[in-house]
Amino acid sequence: MLDRTLRSALAPLALLVSFAATAQPAREYSAVTDARLVSPEARNWLMYRRTYDSWGYSPLDKITTRNVARLVPVWSASTGTTEGHQAPPIVNDGIMFVTTPFNQVLAFEAKSGELLWRYRRQMPPDIRMGHPTNRGVALYGDKVYMATSDAKVVALDAKSGSVVWDVAVEDYNGGYYMTLAPLAVRGKIMVGVSGGERGIRGFVVALDAESGKQAWKTYTIPGPGEPGNDTWPGDSWKTGGAPVWITGSYDPDLHMTYWGTGNPGPWTGDQRPGDNLYTNSVVALDVETGKLSGHHQYHWNDSWDWDEVSAPLLIDLPRDGRTVHGLVHPARDGYLWFLERAASGISFISARPYVTQNVFTSVDPRTGRPAYDDSHKPAVGHKVTFCPSLWGGKDWPPAAYSPKTGYLYIPANENLCSIMEGEEIEYRRGQQFTGAVSDFAVAEGADHIGELQAWNLKTGERAWTHEFASPNWGPVLTTGGGLVFEGGTTDRYFRAFDGASGKQLWQYRTNSGITGVPTTFEVDGVQYVAVQSGWGVDAQGMTGRIDRARGTETIVPQGGVVWVFALAAN
Amino acid sequence: MSNPDDLELSRRALRRRTVLRAGCAAALAGACRARADETDERSAPPQAGDALAFAFGPSAGTVIGPADLVIGAKQTLAYPINRASGLVRDGTRLNQLIVVRVDPEKLAADTRARAADGVVAYSGVCSHTGCDVTDWIAAAQHFKCPCHESEFDPSDAARVVSGPAPWQLAALPLKIVDGALTIAGPFEGKVGFAQPGLDPFNGPPSQ
Repeated sequence: MLDRTLRSALAPLALLVSFAATAQPAREYSAVTDARLVSPEARNWLMYRRTYDSWGYSPLDKITTRNVARLVPVWSASTGTTEGHQAPPIVNDGIMFVTTPFNQVLAFEAKSGELLWRYRRQMPPDIRMGHPTNRGVALYGDKVYMATSDAKVVALDAKSGSVVWDVAVEDYNGGYYMTLAPLAVRGKIMVGVSGGERGIRGFVVALDAESGKQAWKTYTIPGPGEPGNDTWPGDSWKTGGAPVWITGSYDPDLHMTYWGTGNPGPWTGDQRPGDNLYTNSVVALDVETGKLSGHHQYHWNDSWDWDEVSAPLLIDLPRDGRTVHGLVHPARDGYLWFLERAASGISFISARPYVTQNVFTSVDPRTGRPAYDDSHKPAVGHKVTFCPSLWGGKDWPPAAYSPKTGYLYIPANENLCSIMEGEEIEYRRGQQFTGAVSDFAVAEGADHIGELQAWNLKTGERAWTHEFASPNWGPVLTTGGGLVFEGGTTDRYFRAFDGASGKQLWQYRTNSGITGVPTTFEVDGVQYVAVQSGWGVDAQGMTGRIDRARGTETIVPQGGVVWVFALAAN
Repeated sequence: MSNPDDLELSRRALRRRTVLRAGCAAALAGACRARADETDERSAPPQAGDALAFAFGPSAGTVIGPADLVIGAKQTLAYPINRASGLVRDGTRLNQLIVVRVDPEKLAADTRARAADGVVAYSGVCSHTGCDVTDWIAAAQHFKCPCHESEFDPSDAARVVSGPAPWQLAALPLKIVDGALTIAGPFEGKVGFAQPGLDPFNGPPSQ
């Protein structure tokens, strides 16, 4: 045993040693190649939805419906920030990357939770943080990429977290900002911009992964002389919105990316008569050139703030006795859309409501174009109620697909409606450009709001629904063990369900409400499940609106924590 | 605008802006230097003695007079304007102000001390996440931020009435000088929001 004096003398030295250890560059790092992104190892979760088809599915099957009851936390880490924690813990051969609001990146050793490095970003003092959140990194080569709230893309060295390049894609003072995880494909880092409430003109831009140099930029609102510009009156196309704030899907066979686009501005359609292409659409963009090679507009002349930014899931579907390459989109407009993708473009298959929807009177069986009930379409001087609410049947939290069950899992909200009236508005650069006032209503006698729905894509029928008293803002994970994971409720639980039956098998109460994308990965033969808990942004906003409508008070404490779970020994 | 001095000031401000636009295009070093000085002045915070100018709309850049503000009406967005030079301090949105007239009888004591004939001015930048506080709840006579629905009471130091904002909006004291609405001193309180996530970190920052 050491003498007390000697120990005191050595203490600062020991501190120095441990300090140096944390400052060491990370251990070995596996470069992320195109081949690995197209066919990721089962143990890894290399991008926002794990695979380019946006399924949110991992084949890992050590945690199963039979043993999930033994799932326990093995480590956790505070992020040190409040607001909406929505990013997936992305894992590459034992190294985990997590982003938080205010564009912090944390790199952990995935099995131990040891913090390897941290990147923090100081926001400019004059920024407007309309949606303080970030939805994760992209990995490519030896770098980690993040899109930022001040409309830049930053590339970090994966081993050290040091900045390799930091490139502006637009001016944040003009209302542009970014929250999505970038999409890395074939040497390009693709991002879209937020700002549909601030009078932006949306676009997707591709940057060279090595240098950050712009490869192409494609606007989601066509300019003069381009097809579709005539769907906008006058100069309204310049400030028409069509943001892109969720990561696109990618079809490696067609070399085509598929992006969802958001709402037009101002919010009510009478202020910009026309279809307003390509708002509330899916657009197909060629990876090499950015050329817009197809689109489908889910609903024209949006007047309900129903952003359709979630990228469609790429799933093979039965159609007239054959199998087609499908695009599946549970939409904010409350309809579940089935489309077909091909080199020639995108075509409509079918659509049907998955929550109560009182706006569409019909959907054209050939084109998919909906007809509207004007008594539920707000305008200036025309105050109406419409359902679902402006947050839609499903907002941004991603749905997931499991090839094990053949089911699509939708995190939905039912029994909510908005009351909205348009209000004439003058464009002011960077400022709110919604031109509407709105209120909120809960359906009379409603016994629940949140739902986790399972849809059988072979039959097109709903297989089961799990109901929650709370709203549901939980992104969904499916696994080869037959499980479906999600949080999303105000009671702070993280849950596991039997994907086939819908039976809840496990739950764990976390620090805050979960709006983070859950992931699963394996290190040294052990399967882990990871998720961030940290309530905020629109989940918080909806909860406040429901409280006001009902005269209740719901408190969900804020503050982010990364949670990692594994099976306890028998 | 009822004050003749204010009318003259507005005319000067408009001339100034026209000249500025010509500015550096002439590629004269002196003109560019003058422009750099003016850029600093445009971004300087509100100064005692400044007037208020409309920030937007057809009257943008012209001076706001007491008669432009009616009790109970929605807030007017404004920038400080240098009375001497006619320069509008719109170089940073951190100078954006929201101005309303409140029944003087309804003002809290601290707020009354900063008010001029019931007119009160605050920073227009929300203390939550920095959005523009542009909405108005007429029934309650409250400011509202459109981003996250924080509400502030202009009659009582713009304290937070509801919503996620952590503290009141910075207040700007006003006075009437020779019938003209005038800024009496610098902001009281913090302009803008504080970014969470900068907690102490035991180790070298990565950059």
